[in-house]
Amino acid sequence: MTNALEISQLKKTYSHGVDALKGIDLTVEEGDFFALLGPNGAGKSTTIGIITSLVNKSGGTVRVFGADLDQQPMAAKRAIGLVPQEFNFNMFEPVEEVCINQAGYYGVTPPVARQRAERYLRQLGLWEKRRTIARALSGGMKRRLMIARALVHEPCLLILDEPTAGVDIELRRSMWQFLREVNSRGTTIILTTHYLEEAESLCRNIAIIDQGRIVEHSSMKELLAKLHRETLVLDLQSALTTPPTLTGYPCRLVDPHTLEVEVERQQGINALFSSLSQLGIEVTSLRNKSNRLEELFLSMVKEVQE
Amino acid sequence: MGGQWIAFQTIVIKEIRRFMRIWVQTVVPPMVVTTLYFIIFGNLIGSQIAPVEGHSYMDYIAPGIILMSIINNAYANVVSSFYGAKFQRYVEELLIAPISDWLILTGIVVGGVARGLVVGAAVTVVAMCFTDLQLHSPLVVIAVVLLTAILFSLGGFINAIYAKSFDDISIIPTFILTPLTYLGGIFYSIEMLPPFWQQVSLFNPILYMINAFRYGLLGVSDVSLAGAFAIISATIALLFGISVWLLHRGVGVRS
Repeated sequence: MTNALEISQLKKTYSHGVDALKGIDLTVEEGDFFALLGPNGAGKSTTIGIITSLVNKSGGTVRVFGADLDQQPMAAKRAIGLVPQEFNFNMFEPVEEVCINQAGYYGVTPPVARQRAERYLRQLGLWEKRRTIARALSGGMKRRLMIARALVHEPCLLILDEPTAGVDIELRRSMWQFLREVNSRGTTIILTTHYLEEAESLCRNIAIIDQGRIVEHSSMKELLAKLHRETLVLDLQSALTTPPTLTGYPCRLVDPHTLEVEVERQQGINALFSSLSQLGIEVTSLRNKSNRLEELFLSMVKEVQE
Repeated sequence: MGGQWIAFQTIVIKEIRRFMRIWVQTVVPPMVVTTLYFIIFGNLIGSQIAPVEGHSYMDYIAPGIILMSIINNAYANVVSSFYGAKFQRYVEELLIAPISDWLILTGIVVGGVARGLVVGAAVTVVAMCFTDLQLHSPLVVIAVVLLTAILFSLGGFINAIYAKSFDDISIIPTFILTPLTYLGGIFYSIEMLPPFWQQVSLFNPILYMINAFRYGLLGVSDVSLAGAFAIISATIALLFGISVWLLHRGVGVRS
């Protein structure tokens, strides 16, 4: 199977001397839904900028579906659709024109461009707004417009740089569903996001980048298997004044009705509930303190920084 | 090449739509300014001035005024359009797309030329209300108009590439372009100047364009026509080369 993206020893030093990328290697298989995670300033947007020709690299190679970005830039560019982090369309153009122009830049004929613009604007709930100038759209609509625009030339590789930032939960979920459908039709997707729940829910493979280096590159399943400990938050029926003694389960009282308990992966939680029952503590609800991926992410980034 | 041609057409149509959408800001003001030039310099003051090189003063200044509108509008279109694209970041739409640098540049320049031609035509209509314009050499007129519009569109592009603020896109037109245009012989023949200033004027490239255009309309010129075309063509080649190189390197548009 061809790789959708192959990055080798990619380096970027900005003119002010900052080493944003220190030689990263990354491979994304065709058809994958891939997450690229990292804290702010880790190098995610620089990596995406280089792949999409918006940032000049300082070293290394990038291949998109086998096409080298230096040797065959047109073939590489044709394969990519980009949804950037910040709005970057002409705010004074009507919505439909934004999509049709973008298709034209990729050599799509005007009749086909109009059909595709209609299809994607309908799918993303923007067709009624097609004659509205882009500036007049809400934030969520602008995000959806960028997705429609990125798809009009039907790229094989769709790159989304924090596509759901600032989007309400309902819209975010509908965008996830839309992206799953796009991926199921064969489009490879690379996603960067700060919502780790989003990455866990959508992506099959993952890379974590920190301080310009890849610190993890594996499948989501393998990565989550590395999670040794989870923190459970228990809501209690009756108020407690001191934390209970739960053998083998370190705990702390957040407030009289909320108890946080740390559970090792191999422990299970049956014994925990037995202990709580014996102590007469009634639990009304239970949840994870944070998303599982979030815990792993934080521990990995922390390790690197140490 | 089919895809590249569609991309080129898309850029050109987008550029033309942009200035036509705001025609009140782009096409009407030069017509108003030209009318004022003809009323004040041509009619009120010009009527007191003796014919220049066998033509009434009003007729003599008409070619320069038309070409000045073409110069200003070709330049203004590209500098404001490309800087606007940088400022709103939609220049990225072009940078990520599979389009050659020279084709992006050509598309943007054709947009500038189109505005120059539209405004030039509108201003010519105004001029015809005040003057008895002749057409001595249609080929020279067409060639000078096109080459001048191309040259200043390229100038506007280079200005926009380096511009970091809206101030930067008005500095060159205000402090360089306008003085050079006014001192380029729109309102006078350089033969009216003392010998020293005649020599200095020959370093002004706009002088060659205005005189070549005046030759096309009236059949009179202060400079050799061949020399004028050579200078204009060489400048276009130089600016085009610089512009493509800047775009290829990503100066002002890529990190």
